[in-house]
Amino acid sequence: MPPEQHLSFAATFAPALLDPARTAPAIVTGPNGKAAGKRYAVYRNNVTVSLIEALAAIYPTVQRITGPDFFRAMARFHVRSNPPTSPLLFDYGHDFPDFIAQYEHAQTMPWLAGVARIERAWLDAYHACDAAPLSPARLSAIVPDQLAEIVFTPHPAMRIIRSPFAAVTIFAANRDGAPTARIDASTPEDALITRPDVEVAVGHLPPGGAVFAACLASGQPLGEAASAALEASADFDIATNIAGLIEAGAFTSLALGDVP
Amino acid sequence: MTMAIAPKTSAVPLRYSTPIGGVAGTSFKPEHLPAIVNAGPQRGFFEVHAENYMGAGGPPHRALEAIRRDHSLSLHGVCMSIGGLQPLDKAHLARFRGLVARYQPALVSEHLAWSTHETSFFNDLLPLPYTQATLACVCDHIDQVQDAIRRPLLLENPSTYVAFRDSSMSETDFIRAISERTGCGLLLDINNVFVSATNHGFSALDYLADFPLSRVGEIHLAGHTEQTDDEGDLLLIDSHDGPVADAVWKLYEIVIRRRGPVPTLIEWDSKIPDWPVLQAEAAAAQAILDGCRPSAASGDRHAA
Repeated sequence: MPPEQHLSFAATFAPALLDPARTAPAIVTGPNGKAAGKRYAVYRNNVTVSLIEALAAIYPTVQRITGPDFFRAMARFHVRSNPPTSPLLFDYGHDFPDFIAQYEHAQTMPWLAGVARIERAWLDAYHACDAAPLSPARLSAIVPDQLAEIVFTPHPAMRIIRSPFAAVTIFAANRDGAPTARIDASTPEDALITRPDVEVAVGHLPPGGAVFAACLASGQPLGEAASAALEASADFDIATNIAGLIEAGAFTSLALGDVP
Repeated sequence: MTMAIAPKTSAVPLRYSTPIGGVAGTSFKPEHLPAIVNAGPQRGFFEVHAENYMGAGGPPHRALEAIRRDHSLSLHGVCMSIGGLQPLDKAHLARFRGLVARYQPALVSEHLAWSTHETSFFNDLLPLPYTQATLACVCDHIDQVQDAIRRPLLLENPSTYVAFRDSSMSETDFIRAISERTGCGLLLDINNVFVSATNHGFSALDYLADFPLSRVGEIHLAGHTEQTDDEGDLLLIDSHDGPVADAVWKLYEIVIRRRGPVPTLIEWDSKIPDWPVLQAEAAAAQAILDGCRPSAASGDRHAA
């Protein structure tokens, strides 16, 4: 065999790992000329099952809602079409919520992709850089006529997930496996995910809160963020929202926006 | 979360940890943390998969700090893809180096296997042909890892289910050549030897007789499960989901008698038992280590 073919063994070995229609590559064998079919299938099984289990570990609430058989069938499709591109499996599956939204058999659960987005954000927050959250006293120290100019630094763990369904309530009701009361899935909900210290917290954002928090997280001054939030929702209340964000640990620091 | 790739001569002090000698350790699983912390400092060590601690922060690092405070640590890389022929992932190597610098592990190891091809990560330890061409590439990869962590790596022998038609070297010759060329140490996984010997129809004792035992800096023991191949013959799966098999314990005793005491890990990665069960397996290994009376000089016929 010429050297370039030696060097391409992985290119020959890899394609059938995620494609059960392909046979074992001809470059491998059992001992003494024995067949390699079931032997190669051990690798195929390891790859597929371990990646399905990686998704199940990232999305336990989705699996609890769908049941393991439904989940594993759905995950198998995703794993085969979108294998990880990083060896860090806790970073896998960011595109799984979009897959769920399109998945034919999940169309009766239109809120499921939103639950998955919250769950993916939960794990991002879990592994995010540690940082001390902003103390509420820092805001109290600002003189009122400067309040509109304040800009905040978002906490590395802070995430905002918006859903046209009651994804936050459905997530919370199913995450710990406790029995649930009937939920009206049609109410739009927005989630704030934070981890001020060790524990990840998932909370509801009030009306206008998602726009407000997203504006602040992108570095817009408080006054501009409040205007955008009021435009999004006439029910927006700035005092409740800013207190809620700081208390949840959404920010690490604040500064006056005009300061260069 | 991606760290900058550190220059070769970084200001971060990387130093050797004190050798830990003939002690038995276990895989560290977060669900065991309360039991371990409550028990206080114990003899032994804990091994973690490096990739599980490559996040920027959060509870995994708190747990590892708590473990490291009172115990020696073994950092076991699973995803470096040293046995692949494409260039190592530089960002991954930098993360690995960062963990070595931060946690100062007593042992640092990786696998003779590959897991990434082009951009796909397969999350399994995949096999490679043993040829002069693959040998050169693996040695180059190990040189890069050892340059980055500035200490010898322990390379683990694989468990395999297939052989490559164009392999031109035995696995033991291949591993010995790697160790001689790169100066790396070896992690001898005795369960892997037993699994491969069964799957490929060779003698585990012959393999161990050919293995450069003097280079072994750590031993792994684990459980396996049974399946069958296309011909209906026994095919062992390296599953890490149960107790160490009796036959593997016997091989372990033989190796320890020949090699002398070496840090030994009970590896248990799925269907994880309660902490006392894992602890009892480690105690069984410790009893063999403590009862060891090495026969003459430990080592092998290729001893450096």
